Amino acid sequence: MNFDSLFVIVISTIFINNFVLSRFLGLCPFLGVSRNLNSAFGMGMAVIFVMTIASFVTWPIYQLILVPYGITYLRTIVFILVIASLVQFVEMVMNKTAPALYQALGIFLPLITTNCAILGVAVLNIEDELTLIESLVQGLSAGIGFTLALVLMAGIRERLELGQVPESLRGVPIALVCAGLMSIAFLGFAGFSIK
Amino acid sequence: MSAWKIFIRGLWEDVPLFRLVLGLCPALAVTTSLRNGLGMGLATASVLLGSNFVVSLVRKAIPAKIRIPSFIVVIASFVTIVDLVMHGFTPELHKALGIFIPLIVVNCLILGRAEAFASKNSLGRSLLDAAGMGLGFILALCILGSVREILGSGTIGGFVLTPESYRPVLLLILPPGGFIVYGLLIAWFNLLDSERGGR
Repeated sequence: MNFDSLFVIVISTIFINNFVLSRFLGLCPFLGVSRNLNSAFGMGMAVIFVMTIASFVTWPIYQLILVPYGITYLRTIVFILVIASLVQFVEMVMNKTAPALYQALGIFLPLITTNCAILGVAVLNIEDELTLIESLVQGLSAGIGFTLALVLMAGIRERLELGQVPESLRGVPIALVCAGLMSIAFLGFAGFSIK
Repeated sequence: MSAWKIFIRGLWEDVPLFRLVLGLCPALAVTTSLRNGLGMGLATASVLLGSNFVVSLVRKAIPAKIRIPSFIVVIASFVTIVDLVMHGFTPELHKALGIFIPLIVVNCLILGRAEAFASKNSLGRSLLDAAGMGLGFILALCILGSVREILGSGTIGGFVLTPESYRPVLLLILPPGGFIVYGLLIAWFNLLDSERGGR
């Protein structure tokens, strides 16, 4: 097992190719749940959990079922179904074990299904030709990167509520401009080259 | 609601990208040029038309409890069709849009229209709704793509537009530019609205 390559995947997925800020995946929850730090954190945890499991489940399905039978063109349909059922499962578990969190996330938990970051990580694992362990690590670090961006954004937006923003920019537009500035900051990481 | 109103709603009142803020990810990721924006818009709009068509046809046969998974399967099938067609006929564009073609499945705009409109309305009205929303989405992507391409690389649709002395704002075709241009465009829409309302 090559730990160097795993380390490279972790750093590049969290910082250099941050899922939200440089790959543009998972923007809907990024804007929808970032009004408040607590719910941002909860959403982030849910996404980390689902992403890791999704990476772990979709990889064998693709390599052991779709590839041998030559039906790789069904990838999109199969992946989205697997992810949808996973989300349903997480929702049920959360409802039983953490009702308060379940209440707070409310409408957004079902929306994890349509969070393109999760289908995105499953597809990227295949397209980057990673191994199972590498996929698992990429899923986990993509989730961490997503949570990092989401929590930072929530911190900024809590302050923005108090600021004097021109009326037409209030709400989503100013959040997007802030995301742009954060994204510039993350561009700085692109200078890293890990060899 | 009259047929005309259903159609025109997607073009002005409820432009998916600027008013409903739905379908963000592909909108920001691929609009580095007009061509990519248009390609993505067309692909999304055709999936939307197909899914609204089928969902509206089978709306009475699907039990309420499993409607979301069923809609997703319908959408995913159309996305697979579009993916294969683009791979065959426009390989270059297919490569440029990359991972965002399979990701049309999770474009909230499409599931949103299936759930909010097509599952409750007749076939004709659903198709009109899809056509309006699809056109609105294409237009919005073209606007985003044009702004970013003109300022970010000084060309439009591949044609050089600006004099040689113009130094393109490279930032605008990088990820941050997407966020900033999109934020300012929404703000501009809001401004237009408040001015119209104030009169």
